Amino acid sequence: MSMNTQGRPTGPGTAAPATASGAALLPDEKLLFEIGDTGHSGVDLPEVEIGGDFLGGFERTAPLALAGLTEPEAMRHYVRLSRLNYSIDGGMYPLGSCTMKHNPRLNEKMARLPGFADIHPLQPVSTVAGALALMDELAHWLMTLTGTAAVCLTPKAGAHGEMAGMMAIRAAHLASGANGRNVVLVPESAHGTNPATAAFLGYAVRTIPARADGTVDVAAVKAALGSDVAAIMLTNPNTCGLFEPEVIEIAAAVHAAGAYFYCDGANFNAIMGVVRPGDLGIDAMHINLHKTFSTPHGGGGPGAGPVVLSAALAPYAPVPFVRAGELVEHAEGGHLGRIAAFHGQMGMYVRALTYMLSHGGDGLAQAARDAVLNANYVKARLGGTFSLPYGDGPCMHEALFDDSFLAGTGVTTLDFAKAMIDEGFHPMTMYFPLVVHGAMLVEPTESESLQTLDQFCDAMLGLAAAARAGDAARFTGAPTRAPRRRLDETRAARQPRLAWEAPAA
Amino acid sequence: MTTRYTEDHEYIRLDGATATVGITAFAQDQLGDIVFVELPAIGRKLKKGDEAAVVESVKAASEIYAPASGTVAAVNAALVDEPGLINTAPDGDGWIYKLTLDDPAELDALMDAAAYEKHIG
Amino acid sequence: MRYLPHTEAERARMLATIGVGASDDLFAAVPPAARLARPLDLPPHAPEFAVEAHLRALAGSNHAAGDGPFFVGAGAYRHHVPATVDHLVQRSEWLTAYTPYQPEVSQGTLQMLFEFQTQVAHLTGMEVANASMYDGSTATAEAVLMARRLTRKSRVILSGGLHPHYRDVVRTYLDNSPALICQGASPAGQGDILERIDDDTAAIVIQTPDFYGHLRDLKRAADAIHARGGLLIAVVTEVVSLGLLEAPGALGADIVVCEGQSLGNPLSFGGPYVGLMATRKDFIRQMPGRLCGETVDADGQRGYVLTLSTREQHIRREKATSNICTNSGLCALAFSIHLALLGEAGLRRLARLNHARAVALATALRAVPGVELLNRTFFNEMTIRLSRPAAAVVETLARNGILAGVPVSRLVPGDRAVDDLVILAATELTTDADIAALAAGLAEALK
Repeated sequence: MSMNTQGRPTGPGTAAPATASGAALLPDEKLLFEIGDTGHSGVDLPEVEIGGDFLGGFERTAPLALAGLTEPEAMRHYVRLSRLNYSIDGGMYPLGSCTMKHNPRLNEKMARLPGFADIHPLQPVSTVAGALALMDELAHWLMTLTGTAAVCLTPKAGAHGEMAGMMAIRAAHLASGANGRNVVLVPESAHGTNPATAAFLGYAVRTIPARADGTVDVAAVKAALGSDVAAIMLTNPNTCGLFEPEVIEIAAAVHAAGAYFYCDGANFNAIMGVVRPGDLGIDAMHINLHKTFSTPHGGGGPGAGPVVLSAALAPYAPVPFVRAGELVEHAEGGHLGRIAAFHGQMGMYVRALTYMLSHGGDGLAQAARDAVLNANYVKARLGGTFSLPYGDGPCMHEALFDDSFLAGTGVTTLDFAKAMIDEGFHPMTMYFPLVVHGAMLVEPTESESLQTLDQFCDAMLGLAAAARAGDAARFTGAPTRAPRRRLDETRAARQPRLAWEAPAA
Repeated sequence: MTTRYTEDHEYIRLDGATATVGITAFAQDQLGDIVFVELPAIGRKLKKGDEAAVVESVKAASEIYAPASGTVAAVNAALVDEPGLINTAPDGDGWIYKLTLDDPAELDALMDAAAYEKHIG
Repeated sequence: MRYLPHTEAERARMLATIGVGASDDLFAAVPPAARLARPLDLPPHAPEFAVEAHLRALAGSNHAAGDGPFFVGAGAYRHHVPATVDHLVQRSEWLTAYTPYQPEVSQGTLQMLFEFQTQVAHLTGMEVANASMYDGSTATAEAVLMARRLTRKSRVILSGGLHPHYRDVVRTYLDNSPALICQGASPAGQGDILERIDDDTAAIVIQTPDFYGHLRDLKRAADAIHARGGLLIAVVTEVVSLGLLEAPGALGADIVVCEGQSLGNPLSFGGPYVGLMATRKDFIRQMPGRLCGETVDADGQRGYVLTLSTREQHIRREKATSNICTNSGLCALAFSIHLALLGEAGLRRLARLNHARAVALATALRAVPGVELLNRTFFNEMTIRLSRPAAAVVETLARNGILAGVPVSRLVPGDRAVDDLVILAATELTTDADIAALAAGLAEALK
């Protein structure tokens, strides 16, 4: 059998005595369906007679059973629910590979201008000149920052951008008659979306092992290259928070073998304005606007994942795109067809461009430098206590630790993470990248002040000391100061309850 | 009855003409609570090394490979409602499927209990 | 720079703690050839008011839907969003939370997703729904792939009433597979091509109300595809219609996908929107996307977690059901709040009002010389044939401040048979004065 990740406790853990929660400030909120009913409504609408005979006998007979709330009830329900969430506005979110930076509210204000929010994707092109100009301007910034020839703005998220970029690579190979290239090289430290995308497009995945220092060996890449390889998918800076030192040689080897270089741009925040990926020889790279360019995560989306393309791949970009101020909506020549309806995540384009204009070219470079500075500061302060799998050299925008410092304490990485909640911090990324056993990946981003970083480091060091002092119960029972104690994921998966059901009368 | 083990932590227990396949106690411990099992179709012909079943914990999905070639003779339907049997009794009620072997001699290439103990050392 | 907290003095102190002399030393691993030798040719940082002025100028050169009579639909609809919705989605705890991977501190998002899944299941008449997809078009493509996995068959039939963009997306996702059978433009409500269903057909995809506004017979399609062991995928691009029309699940649909933009979300030039996907309980292990489930915590208190995630890319990697990672969380929240505000009573009233406005629109259009209504059935959208090429007429009306609808030729190029066709939508925001202005404008343009 294969085991592609290690087992870890997913039950509720050991119960310590519950602390009394402040019921007024940390509410226990019932479900919408337990509060509302089908007669309540928070929207005033007239009851109209239906004239004509245009429904063809398709009128609904089944009840909807949708609970309604009046406006004050709805306000309270969603405000109370919101209080159960951690948020970047409320505290540091040191999630490695997620780039949880400050989300400026000017972005939100601009996206809500009626000239952006209240325009329809299919109204006459002559009535949306400003929207096309905005897309053009965003494209200009992205191409300038990455040193590439083209950009496809449409993808709805990072993984969607990966798909678009890899489709362009497949199309380019087909156009040149290279039909036998059915393998994609993926380093073992890659995000799960990389192999998923390659497999989705029908490619076999060939895994490249990581070197002992966490980077990819150009010799290993060369050994894996051949006439059957279509592309390599490489994250740079990589998921261990390290810049791939041989990236230029890797690009050259990939190109010499007739393959393309797909770069996962999830970690672009470390190098924007400092390094242009185009200068490294990449052919395609998606950019997560919801990471690097501050569009809000919104509890899991929406994202936006424009993909920049080299001159070699530009002729295969999916439609639509803006060319010389004109909207090209239908595939022509080698261009790929649509990967989504309409023109992509306009609301996110507005937010990202607002952020770019606010920072300017100089501010973006400073943001990257501060992100790297903050990660190295955390690494320096914690490195003496937390184990460093790849030594104490500089990292990029995220610092990678492992759990070997917890050996013999009876505290797991998961326990440690849950105890961070009780200290007022969101846990760091755990168990990723997979190449490091018990990985703890910390990405502070440039948004955190020195004072906050020190508070975070003090809390982490305090926890490490407590674990080593034998206070395992503080960890295995954590969290105790959150709206919920540890949740029973095993039960959720064994007996899935995915929708509310009315209790039997 | 002979029991043999694979490097991928499956066991296969030969009892007459059919063999019972499951995962080892070590494997279930590594995986954590099993929440779902995808069973092979009865009558399916498997070659040694084929993916025969999938066991899922909350955080991992693992393929179970056929330790030897043969035809699926039975599956443990109790796992559909109680996948946790693999945790509580991996080599008992938590068996996964039974195989009518093409060539029982294939088992000779697998580890015996002592060798497997050493393997997981 | 207002978003960067450090002073130069603080940066220097931090570098000293790290033990390097300069920020550049932290980039030592970057080969010198890769480092930018000079700043990029981009404008410098700017104060808030300057950025705002620039964006206001861009926004100001667009014609907003509220600027005049507006009848554009075809997959995205202008509805009124209650003020409460936008206030709530801008709360820090919703807007700036990450994906709820740490359930103890994400119960707000998780409970909301559980409620959202329940709402979508009820709305579509299905047993379960996921926690949202990118949009209706990508949800449709994912549904097609899911049906192929479930049935282990390959052929897929797309009805001629399916939105042309959706058809194109499915085509791209399936790499123009010959197993994909697409009916051409079917503006008169024809083209379900049930006769093409065979034993190797995984699914037939039918949109209702369809791209041209016609209501399609899902029951007949369900019976035909089920008889051959395939699945019916029902597509709804206007979810408000489900307040008045029979739920696809009640008519035999196996997978229902919808564009959820109509509830809670602005037009925003095409995105971000929210895809809905609902299906039968038996099919959940082949459903893509995140799922939220109910459980208990260590104290036995009810709580919610993301579950069945072994289907997803971060665990299954190359064996995942989809490469999807991000969902449309905040758009799903807006959808869910709007639908909670409406409730069953409100949604039914809203749907009836939309239909009534469309009836008023149809009545007025039929009275215009040179206009022929193609629909015998519709919900809030319809197709008309003009006595001259439609694109030019729509352009003329736009110059006069009336956005008259979508010329079919924009989405179905190179088909002369559709050159005279326009698709128009009415919603609760369509006034009698808007309709009168449109009718007068059309009459003038068609003179």
